Amino acid sequence: MINFQYLRTLTSKSALSLISKDKNAKFLAGGTNLIDLMKRGVTAPEKLIDINHVPLKQIEAIGDKIMIGALASNTAVAEHALVKDKLPLLAMALNAGASAQLRNVATVGGNMMQRTRCGYFYDTEMPCNKRQPGTGCGAIGGFNRMHAIFGTSDQCIAVHPSDMCIALVALDATVVLSSTKGERKVLFKDFHRLAGDTPQLDNNLKPDEMIVRLEIPTNNLHKNSYYLKVRDRASYAFALVSVGAALELSENKIKDVRLAMGGVAHKPWRLTAAENFLKGREATVENFEQAAKLAMIDAKGYGENDFKLQMAPNSIVEALTIAKSKA
Amino acid sequence: MQSSDQKPNQGDSRRDFLKKSSIITAIALTPTVAVKAAENQADERFAELFEKIPLHLTVNNKAYQTAVEPRVTLLDYLREELHLTGTKKGCDHGQCGACTVHIDGERVNSCLSLAVMNEGKKITTIEGLADGEELHPMQAAFIKHDGFQCGYCTPGQIMSAVACVNEGHTNSRAEISEYMSGNICRCGAYPNIVDAIVEVSKGGTKV
Repeated sequence: MINFQYLRTLTSKSALSLISKDKNAKFLAGGTNLIDLMKRGVTAPEKLIDINHVPLKQIEAIGDKIMIGALASNTAVAEHALVKDKLPLLAMALNAGASAQLRNVATVGGNMMQRTRCGYFYDTEMPCNKRQPGTGCGAIGGFNRMHAIFGTSDQCIAVHPSDMCIALVALDATVVLSSTKGERKVLFKDFHRLAGDTPQLDNNLKPDEMIVRLEIPTNNLHKNSYYLKVRDRASYAFALVSVGAALELSENKIKDVRLAMGGVAHKPWRLTAAENFLKGREATVENFEQAAKLAMIDAKGYGENDFKLQMAPNSIVEALTIAKSKA
Repeated sequence: MQSSDQKPNQGDSRRDFLKKSSIITAIALTPTVAVKAAENQADERFAELFEKIPLHLTVNNKAYQTAVEPRVTLLDYLREELHLTGTKKGCDHGQCGACTVHIDGERVNSCLSLAVMNEGKKITTIEGLADGEELHPMQAAFIKHDGFQCGYCTPGQIMSAVACVNEGHTNSRAEISEYMSGNICRCGAYPNIVDAIVEVSKGGTKV
């Protein structure tokens, strides 16, 4: 690992002041992705600002929202009574990600900021527009079994790797960002970006900003929710396809529904057309299948990942069926 | 060598500084010895910019005061500086769990934690589990149930297993497998590892 300067800060104010002065600095929280990328030479920041001691770990209910500090660990969130009770989809998604060791350290903010696990991005000998804009995309026409089927560009077909973010986009979370100029709020669905012509940008966080907290509205979708993760082994692997599904049922009628997918796009992929179709309809397998069909309209395979074109709709139906069956 | 004698400007990043100084040394038509000396000088300044960071931490109930380069991982610090080689380096990328230690009682991959991030923390490694000659119940259970073959992943498995019991994630064999999935065993001793954890969790012994 190329050496770097290390600074430790205790307050948001000093963290923001430090980052605003130095474009070659990065924040260090859990470090589980950043240190890995630095070891592999994918990134080499000149300065790390350790923000682990900044007091942003709160998990609390304020009004009809649950607030989660950006530095709360993935374990702390997944195990918190409020989250288990009111936002079980989020708890399930968190527990489906990584391993117990990693979840103990990885933070909410870091989870949002993690980079794709595309092999071409990680291998510094390979072309990758995300790592080094202009070098090309190795995955298009290459090994692309893990890659995107929605919202791709001719620059990049990498997928966003997080499970947590799939639940958050489904739950209509808001992200609160802070800089020396003040705070701003961004809808979670607008935080991450599609690759387009700028695959080097994963999200809309500005270089001088810090993620401070999430605000998640509580809802009536907690009872019938499920996070389905399909992967190459039973645990501790990234998703081939994942589905976050939540239903509000009245008898067998769908009053409200949330659907989002992981492992299929450059950002957490909300299935709005499928949701709109299901609202007000009966919760039947036939309707779930129709919704899944609608969700797949713009899907496109790249060869090795063509199986996702079938796995994705199957997973949508499966996730909805399990969510519905929960008592 | 006039230019390389100058202190780097404050606005210069270290790479800019290095680029400048190495270009200068490369084009200088000076004897090899002089070039070498200049490089050493540059190296010293380089070191000044990236000096070691003071670090206080407790490992297996013993307090240490030291200074480390920021890039040293907790794993390398334990193995190379403290010579506690029980904690193993497997993948070095957080994928295998061989490097699992406890930080303030929680299991963590020490390969993905910088030593300097652990200022003031209490670290427990596999060497800190036994009570003198008396094995920790989890260590004894691994032996009893043959929870290993080659043994390389075993320290990480045991540290993770102790945490798994403490966390209460031992309500079924399936739950144990799920919560032990961050520890890979290429010999495939998984069923026996689960046996060991089941026994310790049922034994009700303080682990």
